Amino acid sequence: MNLKKFGTKTTRSHAITYGLVVLAFIFVQILDGTGTLTSSLRGQLVPICAYVVMAISLNLTVGILGELSLGHAGFMSLGAFSGVIISIALQERVASEPLRLLAALLIGAVIAGIFGFVVGVPALRLRGDYLAIVTLAFGEIIKNVINTLHVGIGPNGLRVSMTDQAALNLGEEGTVIIQGPMGAVGISKLATFTAGFILILVTLFIVLNLIYSRSGRAIMAVRDNRIAAESVGISITRYKLTAFIISAALAGAAGALYALNYSTVVARKFDFNTSILVLVFVVLGGIGNIRGSIIAAIVLTILPELLRAFNDYRMLIYAVILILVMLTSNNDQLRHLLGRITGVVRHGSKKRPNGEGATHV
Amino acid sequence: MSSTSKMVPVPSQAIIPERDLASTPILEVSHLGINFGGLNAVENFSIIVGRTEIAGLIGPNGAGKTTVFNLLTKVYQPTRGAILLDGNDTAGMNTIQINQAGIARTFQNIRLFQSLSVEDNVKIGLHNQVRYNTLTGILRLPGYWKAERQAHEQAMELLSIFDMQHMARYKAGSLPYGAQRRLEIVRALATRPSLLLLDEPAAGMNPSETEALMANIIKIRDTFQIAIMLIEHDMRLVMGICEGIAVLNYGKIIAKGTPEEIQANPAVIEAYLGQKKEA
Repeated sequence: MNLKKFGTKTTRSHAITYGLVVLAFIFVQILDGTGTLTSSLRGQLVPICAYVVMAISLNLTVGILGELSLGHAGFMSLGAFSGVIISIALQERVASEPLRLLAALLIGAVIAGIFGFVVGVPALRLRGDYLAIVTLAFGEIIKNVINTLHVGIGPNGLRVSMTDQAALNLGEEGTVIIQGPMGAVGISKLATFTAGFILILVTLFIVLNLIYSRSGRAIMAVRDNRIAAESVGISITRYKLTAFIISAALAGAAGALYALNYSTVVARKFDFNTSILVLVFVVLGGIGNIRGSIIAAIVLTILPELLRAFNDYRMLIYAVILILVMLTSNNDQLRHLLGRITGVVRHGSKKRPNGEGATHV
Repeated sequence: MSSTSKMVPVPSQAIIPERDLASTPILEVSHLGINFGGLNAVENFSIIVGRTEIAGLIGPNGAGKTTVFNLLTKVYQPTRGAILLDGNDTAGMNTIQINQAGIARTFQNIRLFQSLSVEDNVKIGLHNQVRYNTLTGILRLPGYWKAERQAHEQAMELLSIFDMQHMARYKAGSLPYGAQRRLEIVRALATRPSLLLLDEPAAGMNPSETEALMANIIKIRDTFQIAIMLIEHDMRLVMGICEGIAVLNYGKIIAKGTPEEIQANPAVIEAYLGQKKEA
């Protein structure tokens, strides 16, 4: 009897989230068909999709796992550049554009996932602000390394150099893919709004299904109470890593989608500001609230486009809004996270005012 | 070998219920000890718990009772001594392995997964019995549905011990205090322990709730045929349901015995009430 109630409730909540995304897609398609979409807004469609995926993926780390990551743009960057390399490398072998895009998204996700594992193993031993600092450093390292990277493809296959382009020895027919600080050049624009829409649906499918499964419960158990989680035989490291790797892989796919929307992309694009921007989406949308992340990512990406005149003050406005939301927020999970960061979860804040419902995602 | 063989002390005054004599004791602890920066928090702690015994661990505040639980569950690694669980040495095990080996516990300051539902709390306790991997969960393969249905049924059955099925959907953190304590017990039971450690299960409960708890502890023991060891300050509960009692003071066992023996023991009375001044 109780399961039915619980079941329909979460199922309905999921249906609303998926429905919202589908409706938004249809709405945009209609706008596009009737020609009401401005070209600047049309140019933002793929980045919005990428940011939505980023926001969902970061919410998995911040809201569900309960660990603060300030280097999520690093994973996005890894996905972006590995996706670009793959898409160019496959240019002559695979004719189909959607297939090349799919390969780029998959490789972007896998590379970012691998780095998620490598970074996660040592970093997830840390908690709160220490983990935040390590992830921040990771993002900066990735940015600076890619900034010095030269990658090209020639008759001898893929060549990588950390010094300069000449060291690649590509010969006559070779193509340079990444030119150090100039970034990746000559990208064919494979990303489409439809592809972005599908990626969002896949991301939602992965994250929502993960949360409502055995592993998801274990991840949230680790978030709520580490000691109790261990006492019932749950491996903290294992589930922290699971969540972190999935989150990194999704960020990688988002990065690949993002990069393949432009003809050039530079490593500086994926800096600390981008990490914070995505964190703003998550915090404003509600920590642990997947649907909120999606809405926040869409609104906050469109808003600066609509208010182009104020674009210079965009980050300033974000900062002010973020502070206001934090001050006025009555979000338990936010308070919980803040408590973890300062190391003081006050006793009073643990008591819930009313008994309705369980964690709602 | 020779006539001068090494002498080793053995756990003294061990008592277990007669019905458990035929089987290996579930817990055999010998000379357990831990230092915290030079302070012997627990010293020379030896105890034997029978397979279906309800054992009590009592003592004044700060005597080291919870530390003993933390040592048994390897929250702290003991400095000295051995813990045999069902005859097997637990040296080198961590908290997770201890739980899988058969010890489950509750906490003095309740540690629930507060933001999750009551049912999810129990399902997390069932974690190691619900067997499907992350990918099966994400892709919602048939294994997921089957395992989740079973987990739901098991969770409801476990909640029915305390008549808590109707609370399954509530947020654990929003439950009244007594219900939170009971939920912790249910969650511990979900891990299928052979030894259940209860750290002050009746704390904060009113007399009628305590009465019901006592009946339930016995019911749990009888239904699951497990051993239960509890720390408790409520003497009515301890003397009412414990078969063997150990009294701890300043990290050392000062008395062991049946409730009647403990009540008559001068060392115990002194530990609780202080030394009688000579007139």
